[in-house]
Amino acid sequence: MGIYVLKRLLGAIPTLVIASLLVFAFIHLIPGDPASVMLGDMAEAEEIEALRRELGLDRPIWEQYLVWVSHVAQGDLGTSVYFQEPVLRVIGEGAETSAFLALFTMILVIAIGIPAGIVAASFHGTHVDQTLSGLTMLFASIPTFWLGLYLIFTVAVSLDLLPTSGFPSVLESGELSNLRYLILPAITLSAPNSALVIRLVRAGMLDVMREDYVRTARAKGIAEHAVILRHVFRNALIGVVATLGFTFVGLVSEAVVTETVFALPGIGRLVVQSILRRDYPVIQGIILVIILFYIVVNLVVDIVTTYLDPRVKLQ
Amino acid sequence: MSAVLEFLAPFATRKVAAFGLAFLVVVLVAALLAPWIVPYDPQQIDAIARLSPPNAAHWFGTDHAGRDLFSRVIYGARMALLTGAGVVVIALVFGVLLGTLSAYFPTLGMVLMRVVDVLMGIPALLLALALVVILGKGLFNSMIAVGAIYITTTARITYGLTRKITAETYIEAVTSLGAGHWRIIRRHVLPNLVSPLMVQATFIFAFAQLSAASLDFLGLGLPPDVPSWGNMIAETRRYITRAPGLLMFPGAAIILTVFSLNLVGDVLRDRLDPRFKDDLAKW
Repeated sequence: MGIYVLKRLLGAIPTLVIASLLVFAFIHLIPGDPASVMLGDMAEAEEIEALRRELGLDRPIWEQYLVWVSHVAQGDLGTSVYFQEPVLRVIGEGAETSAFLALFTMILVIAIGIPAGIVAASFHGTHVDQTLSGLTMLFASIPTFWLGLYLIFTVAVSLDLLPTSGFPSVLESGELSNLRYLILPAITLSAPNSALVIRLVRAGMLDVMREDYVRTARAKGIAEHAVILRHVFRNALIGVVATLGFTFVGLVSEAVVTETVFALPGIGRLVVQSILRRDYPVIQGIILVIILFYIVVNLVVDIVTTYLDPRVKLQ
Repeated sequence: MSAVLEFLAPFATRKVAAFGLAFLVVVLVAALLAPWIVPYDPQQIDAIARLSPPNAAHWFGTDHAGRDLFSRVIYGARMALLTGAGVVVIALVFGVLLGTLSAYFPTLGMVLMRVVDVLMGIPALLLALALVVILGKGLFNSMIAVGAIYITTTARITYGLTRKITAETYIEAVTSLGAGHWRIIRRHVLPNLVSPLMVQATFIFAFAQLSAASLDFLGLGLPPDVPSWGNMIAETRRYITRAPGLLMFPGAAIILTVFSLNLVGDVLRDRLDPRFKDDLAKW
């Protein structure tokens, strides 16, 4: 097991190198000189020159890359042009909102997706399954921003049950009741992601149901619900865990839109605002942080699935 | 003719999917015949008839600038199909190229597939937004930005499929008969890729609608005056309390189009060779 973990960690190195090259290339692919683009049309020549030096743009490209990587390795992701603050701090300010939103959404996704997926698979081919599959597909077809806008209009404005937008910090004020600001966003964000998980759980369960040991369990006379939960679901769960990283990526994507609709001060809205502000170091930093997070999540998922099912290691 | 009948046959028993297919035909007709269908110019501003509810003169009502919503939704079908088609072409051309090359040249493949894996780790919309930053806004750039998301998945799928196909005994047989790489790719690999990629293209077409609409909604897609469904929702969102129906029509157009494409894609997938099903993206 120890050797396997070590191997997986070493295997992540080429991925990290490719990721760093891609993220580094991002700023350099933006047409025009990054310094003058960031400062806008009104900038003085000296200002541009100063920023060029600050960003290291006057040096050869490979040197820029190495300098950038060594800075990143020390936790220095550059300086936000708009805030004049370290990028990591700017991202960190959005982290609370995004983390709470992701947590709430994942809870909803698991609470809806797993039971519904089990039901769809156990009633495979019946009306129950067809209705559930149709509904899942319908929910996956709804644009998150549209769903969010209507939830704001009906629940927050017309019925006045929940706040419409924003999210006052819980950690700073200690007010746990502020979490109610995240109920509608989490519902919005969980709709397409639950749909995905329902389909994944259903497909995973159906794969396992074809196994011989499931037939054996049924032949032994074990009650159907026990077969489903103890034999099928347990084995299908490994596949579900393996796709959690995948779900997470989808979640971040939709979070950009959801946070914008609900005006939440999270990392997703920061992306959109930074694009409008031409604050490219922040965008670059966010992409980097998310890729790193994804690589770590995948590593953890890989190690957890190997732990759950030692056969995976052999493949 | 028999090919058409063969395509339509499974829809006879699946009524919801048949509805999906019918709706897509409606969207296609609306897109093709838009100038002859619409009662008003979609850009024509009528300051007096602002935010009017659906009525006999304006079937879907009018927006905040007094423009006829029905005419705009019909024209929106054009943008939707254009974007979808552009994204599918970009994703398939580059995805298939990358996928087959990677499967054929293992060393190159190892590097390329690693790059693809990293790109797939970037959330779809974030990747598209990064490309919009690099390329700028506009119809063609939106297509490339959204297309790039699906180049990676298509490359992955093509890679898996090609390796599976080239491992078959009949490929060994034609190789021993002296067939070259090019002949094998053209005569044996590509024809076998057609049906699984057709299914994939349907789903790409569907989800490209949502990605492109999201870009429009964030103000980073098509120029604001272009009547795309995403733009209509973005423009009128502030008036939702005064005219709640305003967002309903473009929203329903997006939802029904994506839903219909998914339904049709599902039917196509069910007819697919079971050996290839596992290679398709998880949806």
